Amino acid sequence: MKVRLKVWRQKNDRTAGSFEHYDTPDLNPNMSFLEMLDVVNEVLTEKGADPIAFDHDCREGICGTCSLTINGKPHGPHRGVATCQTYMRSFRDGDTITVEPFRADPFPVMRDLIVNRAAFDKIMQSGGFISVRTGAAPDANTIPISKEVADLAMDAAACIGCGACVAACKNASAMLFVSAKASQLNLLPQGKPEKDRRVLAMVQAMDEAGFGNCTNQYECSAVCPKLISEDFIARMNRDYMAATFRQTFGSVPSTVVGG
Amino acid sequence: MNFDAKIPSGPLPQKWDRYLTEAKLVSPNNKRKYELIVVGAGLAGASAAASLGELGYKVKCFVFHDSPRRAHSIAAQGGINAAKNYQNDGDSVERLFYDTIKGGDFRSREANVYRLAQVSVKIIDQCVAQGVPFAREYGGLLANRSFGGAQVARTFYARGQTGQQLLLGAYSALSRQVGLGTVAMHTYEEMLDLVVVDGHAKGIITRNLVSGEIACHAADAVILATGGYGNVFNLSTYARGSNATAIWRAYRRGACFSNPCFTQIHPTCIPVSGDYQSKLTLMSESLRNDGRIWVPKNVGEKRAPGDIPESERDYYLERMYPSYGNLAPRDISSRAAKRVCDEGRGVGESGLGVYLDFSDAINRLGLDTIRERYGNLFDIYKEITDENAYEVPMRIFPAVHYTMGGLWVDYNLMSNVPGLFVLGEANFSDHGANRLGASALMQGLADGYFVIPYTIGNYLTGIKGGRPAVDHADFRRTEEEVRARLKRLLENKGKRTVQSFHKELGKIMWDHCGMGRNEEGLKKAIELIPQLRAEFWENVTVPGSGEELNQSLERAGRVADFLELGELMCRDALDRRESCGGHFREEFQTEDGEALRNDEDYGFVSCWEHQGDDKAPVRHREPLDYEHIQMAVRNYK
Repeated sequence: MKVRLKVWRQKNDRTAGSFEHYDTPDLNPNMSFLEMLDVVNEVLTEKGADPIAFDHDCREGICGTCSLTINGKPHGPHRGVATCQTYMRSFRDGDTITVEPFRADPFPVMRDLIVNRAAFDKIMQSGGFISVRTGAAPDANTIPISKEVADLAMDAAACIGCGACVAACKNASAMLFVSAKASQLNLLPQGKPEKDRRVLAMVQAMDEAGFGNCTNQYECSAVCPKLISEDFIARMNRDYMAATFRQTFGSVPSTVVGG
Repeated sequence: MNFDAKIPSGPLPQKWDRYLTEAKLVSPNNKRKYELIVVGAGLAGASAAASLGELGYKVKCFVFHDSPRRAHSIAAQGGINAAKNYQNDGDSVERLFYDTIKGGDFRSREANVYRLAQVSVKIIDQCVAQGVPFAREYGGLLANRSFGGAQVARTFYARGQTGQQLLLGAYSALSRQVGLGTVAMHTYEEMLDLVVVDGHAKGIITRNLVSGEIACHAADAVILATGGYGNVFNLSTYARGSNATAIWRAYRRGACFSNPCFTQIHPTCIPVSGDYQSKLTLMSESLRNDGRIWVPKNVGEKRAPGDIPESERDYYLERMYPSYGNLAPRDISSRAAKRVCDEGRGVGESGLGVYLDFSDAINRLGLDTIRERYGNLFDIYKEITDENAYEVPMRIFPAVHYTMGGLWVDYNLMSNVPGLFVLGEANFSDHGANRLGASALMQGLADGYFVIPYTIGNYLTGIKGGRPAVDHADFRRTEEEVRARLKRLLENKGKRTVQSFHKELGKIMWDHCGMGRNEEGLKKAIELIPQLRAEFWENVTVPGSGEELNQSLERAGRVADFLELGELMCRDALDRRESCGGHFREEFQTEDGEALRNDEDYGFVSCWEHQGDDKAPVRHREPLDYEHIQMAVRNYK
């Protein structure tokens, strides 16, 4: 099979970009989408042209490095699958495929299809942790955690931090990401003592990074390669409201940034 | 050269406690005067940077990724071992220690492995306190499963994503320290060289992968936690970006490289489908708890697996190793798969595959139980192969997965270059000639959380002179060498792509230094690799410039280093005239095809010292003196 690619090319974050067209050589339908780009890049390199820059690393759907908006959809056609595990058999011979970076204001394009997602790290640094000193932990079985709670925390923890949720949202909201991270920790007994501080700090950091608000359309969950549920957004909103209430009445310190 | 491991005296179970009692401490108000560099933020790097920052040191942490949460520790699926004995099945520190030493085929250092087993229990406590959502039983206590090379269930897990959850735990601890300002995070910044001043590691040279800026960073000590070098084979289960540049550059600056030929070939990976392939995907070893491995008894069998009757199937691991069966260690399982495929009984189009069959387990436990235990792995398999493993058996084949070798370190995890510490997969210390499943995560976190915070103080209290300025002559010289190398790559303008060289090197390595090795093949590889390297420097083409985001340039530097490292691996494999663990020399095997170790002549750690580009490296040795246990023939039958 062969396909035609319409790819976003952009030199850096200071210059404007545009679409370029490339016809691929003959492809094997069992190639992954990224392997297809590897093959196109080999051809470009041999011609002395600049290969297409794209983010990737583990190529097994867990590191969250790969991005790409394929035919308008972050991570391409399949539900619950990252770009790196999308295979060419999902497309037809002769298709034109549009490939763009994850577009959102807080994710500047660094080159071609690569965006900078450092804003996610900033949010995590504001409160996405449990403050436990190395070596100070009690025995792991000291606090039993019901299987249901542990499983729900694990559902939230499955987030790979790719940013597809933000790219899919018309408001560039990071609510699905932030709520997954906050909910994982807020659900567990170990995370409860810092629950209010955590949710206040993370929401504040999210707003400061320029992410938009959630307007309950749930495109985020629809494109999430780990199918993180939008229920976590509701959970975080509840936690946030309760924390704001307690803060207003003085039981939570007003400074919340940092550990 | 003297490779004194500086192991504390006294009986093995008391060595680490004795060390902790006697180690010199840096007082709290002095800690902030010391600056430390941590390169890498996988399990070992992130846990080290977080713990050291928390102690009060000024830490700079470098990753080439966009975020410290991306390192390939994240892809570990199955679990992490710890001697908790929560299952009441007879586990203990001593047993975990012995299993690990035996699993490593008696080529690791007793004292290091014992310490690893001791601190394993604290790791689980730490991770649970951080909010790592390990699997639990209905009563709310932690669940366990068993893994290869052990007869107890000591593996803790978080679905099939244990590495991800542990890394995110370490990342959260690191994020906390970054937020507090004790750790400065340098993302998109790749270490390209080590700076050694008066014999001590005092800094690194980095390139910013976005701007191309070259920078010098000085420190009181440098900690490398940059992972393994399995991508020398091109096709492996490693992430595409995993590379050996940091440890290789350190080797070229004087750090010795130990046991480079000890590579692990994992038995359960999805077979190769075509020559465009960029990576191999692992199917967790935990699948072997319930899956049964088999091939047809007949050579050239063409029937679909479901049409082959029981009587014509060979469950070869259960047949050859009845007491461990499908849970035989990785090296043994991989070689057994190779053997049946070499006999012409392999399955799939290429004949390079064996079946991993869940039909018995589904009949016994029900589809729902299997789905709950392994659902995400079955999904991955479906995505890649378009086959439903609930209905047809998986096809699997061994692939390069881990490297036990690495930079030589002593008991303090310090290399022979004072001030250069090496943690996790990047060092050689704990897994001998073969690593057991669920032990890599254990080692990474043990080194980062529970070893380096104590051992680094011991070094820092003994040094004099402080940090050099970054305009010190040694920094200037090293920086110039880095710049010259990048310039040479960019100005070469040859005809072949970087990837084409990587592929060719990978083929040489797999053919001659893979699952089976022999003198003739290794000698051939030692001829071929320098030729390929020479062609690389004459004929490689790297488009673009150095002052921009240039992925071709990044890859070119890494492949150039693999082209040197591959040769060293072959030299080590040729030098080690025995079979042990993952190193199988075809000339040295028992009558029934098992590895034939030679403790008398090869009961040592090889330590290779770089001699310059034109000279062969020199092999030194650290003898392995076993005081606590006796080296024994490794038997899983």
